[in-house]
Amino acid sequence: MDFNLIGLIKAAVLNGTPLLFGTSGEILTQKSGNMNLGVEGLMYMGGAFGLAAAFIYGNAAGENANGAVAVLLALLAAFAAGVIGSLIFSFLTITLRANQNVTGLALTIFGTGVGQFVGELMRLKVGGNVSISNSLKDAFANPIFSEKIQSIPVVGPVLFSYNFFVYIGFAMAVAMAVILNKTRIGLQLRAVGESPATADAAGINVTRYKYIATVLGGGISAVGGMVYTMTIAGSVWSHNGLSGEGWVAVALVIFCLWKPVNALWGSVLFGALLILYLRLPLAFIPTQIYKVVPYIVTAIVLIMVSMRQRREDQPPAALGLAYFREER
Amino acid sequence: MEKVHAVEFKGITKRFGSNVANDNINLYLDKGVIMSLLGENGSGKTTLMNMLAGIYFPDEGEILIDGKPVAITSPKDAFDNKIGMIHQHFKLVDIFTATENIVLGLKDEKYDLKAATARVREICDRYGFDIDLNKKIYEMSVSEKQTVEIVKVLYRGADILILDEPTAVLTPQEIEKLFFVLRAMRQDGKAIILITHKLNEVLSVSDVVAVLRKGQHIATVRTAETDEQKLTEMMVGHAVKLDIDRLDPKDVKPRLSIKDLTCKDKEGVVKLDHASFVANGGEILGIAGIAGSGQKELLEAIAGLRKVDEGSILYTPDDAPAAELVGKTPMEIKEAGVALAFVPEDRLGMGLVGGMGMTENMMLRSWNKGKGIFVDRKAPEELAEKVYDFLEVVTPSIDYPVRKLSGGNVQKVLVGREIASEPSVLMSAYAVRGLDINTSYVIYNLMSAQKAKGVAVIFVGEDLDVLLELCDRILVLCGGKVSGVVDARTTSKDELGLLMTKVGGKEEN
Repeated sequence: MDFNLIGLIKAAVLNGTPLLFGTSGEILTQKSGNMNLGVEGLMYMGGAFGLAAAFIYGNAAGENANGAVAVLLALLAAFAAGVIGSLIFSFLTITLRANQNVTGLALTIFGTGVGQFVGELMRLKVGGNVSISNSLKDAFANPIFSEKIQSIPVVGPVLFSYNFFVYIGFAMAVAMAVILNKTRIGLQLRAVGESPATADAAGINVTRYKYIATVLGGGISAVGGMVYTMTIAGSVWSHNGLSGEGWVAVALVIFCLWKPVNALWGSVLFGALLILYLRLPLAFIPTQIYKVVPYIVTAIVLIMVSMRQRREDQPPAALGLAYFREER
Repeated sequence: MEKVHAVEFKGITKRFGSNVANDNINLYLDKGVIMSLLGENGSGKTTLMNMLAGIYFPDEGEILIDGKPVAITSPKDAFDNKIGMIHQHFKLVDIFTATENIVLGLKDEKYDLKAATARVREICDRYGFDIDLNKKIYEMSVSEKQTVEIVKVLYRGADILILDEPTAVLTPQEIEKLFFVLRAMRQDGKAIILITHKLNEVLSVSDVVAVLRKGQHIATVRTAETDEQKLTEMMVGHAVKLDIDRLDPKDVKPRLSIKDLTCKDKEGVVKLDHASFVANGGEILGIAGIAGSGQKELLEAIAGLRKVDEGSILYTPDDAPAAELVGKTPMEIKEAGVALAFVPEDRLGMGLVGGMGMTENMMLRSWNKGKGIFVDRKAPEELAEKVYDFLEVVTPSIDYPVRKLSGGNVQKVLVGREIASEPSVLMSAYAVRGLDINTSYVIYNLMSAQKAKGVAVIFVGEDLDVLLELCDRILVLCGGKVSGVVDARTTSKDELGLLMTKVGGKEEN
């Protein structure tokens, strides 16, 4: 059997990046006490609208299409799709105080439907595969460092062989960790998720924090869907291509114990688990077993965490609860 | 010229649905004055203060700060007007450190926890607070948490401080410390409002007393010109007898014999250490002790809710041989003919289901009595009606969720249900905590009536005066050990206080 560790790491990082976005966004959301189970739907919407933006731009600009512009448009479109999706969620759960689990599941169904509708609509219009030009594809998926840096042994492929999104994903997660733990905004956001009544009494605008965190988080999650479609799926629309990606991201939030820093390596680990059946196939283990491994790992982590009872590792105390000030 | 007051309420009215919590309140407070806000449960004290703190907004009327009308629509507005409230339920984030909690919500300074810690330290040193600022809240005791709350308000430079029943959870020494701080703050020219039930505290610390009754402001009087009797009259509207009726026990016989009872918590810490005593039928056995001395563990062990690591609980019914209770489940204890009525200290958590009405809560005791697969709804409904009439529970209907009733009414529902099961042992923990005087007396009388019926009543209390007047014997717990059992008729508060802090005369530490 031919096993290539560096190849596995590279593939793990690439496959982990959509998860990193999906998970980081959901961590931000959950830190505000909102449990948005609509990540799957948000990532679908991000994938479809991101691809659509690049596709429409590519068609309109034709030969003159600029890769950087396409990437930017796809990013913005995916982020906007996520913002709109999570804005619906926020309005229902924060303003109207609907049940978060039910609303989140509805958002998953809604977002999956919208994403697939947009994808299929494009497919019908084109009459075949929805795809963008090769030069634009390269702008999304090609490594941003020069061949020379990439050819440094080991370090080159492991650290410098990735596309643009891998690096902004890492930068985003690090920035989120710093903001959550080292700034006043982070302290206040965590207070909102732990004890909204306390935050409220301290003069923090709970509703605003919940809205902003949930909407930004939704946007970031949706970018993950776009990254998946444009890099791993080769900028081609496939009907069920994103299936399950959002749920792995939600599981990863728990695995990471709600800490973006853990998402850095957690997403790579889960990325590896997702593709292990391709890279390290063992004849006697069916593919399906490989595919449930991320969830099993998450369950084990949950059990260990609840046994250790460290307060810092527990979910935000007010996670999933609506806040109403005049409640008696 | 009219004098400018630190705070002035003008015609404040606040309604919750059809319930008028505050009715046209006119009240003022000056700087450098400690005011006690006195009133029964549900008289609207906390509601009124919550409007000052920005938690609620008045339906009618206006609030003046330093003579200027202000609209306090959020806690932030309250801060901006230098108002700080220390709530009864602490508003602290458990996983944050003391400093993080203290700076939470502040915006006008650079975010630098080290510098903030130093500034907080200064305040602590000035007032003599002894607290580890880097400790997480979930590792703190109740009084440490309260200290954090007070420091938080001071750190924000509040000029008007509101304390909602601050002494309910403190030991006598901690209360003295608190009063010392309050007096120091009065010296600084701060206006302080103290929401409380306890008349002795009102008289010892405050300058003026404002009395509320049923949402209305009855009067504001100088503390020096009043006394307990007058205040009580204003509070309840008619004179209440301050003495508790204590009947002489008759037919006293051992009901529960407890020997070497030992319980450990999850971490293996001994919470109850070889406790031995006898609870007699026809007697009220009071249990005194500083909070957390093993009272909860003792009651839970007897009720079968807690694992007993060592020792025995022997129960002697009137007409049967003695039976061992250790090792039995709560249901088995019941089926063996042992009736234990347990009134837990956490009323809504352990005793009642908040979302259910009175009838359904009555059913929690009788759910297994119906025929077939259907529950019997009729009997609990009758019982709910009976409790409603007899204990004067204030509720729109017996099917109204008990969560929405005031604390006193919740307690009435719970006690009423437990007594209705005609127990031979009645245990209660902090049965009157947070209750107004009238309701407290209703509870005391119920306990005495049970005693007269030959029930062994175990009454865990925190107010020593009540224990001395209500009980026949008082058992004192200290650090999980029984430090003494005394005759309530002949003992003194000093003796109890001594037993609460020392075991068998030896210093506990």
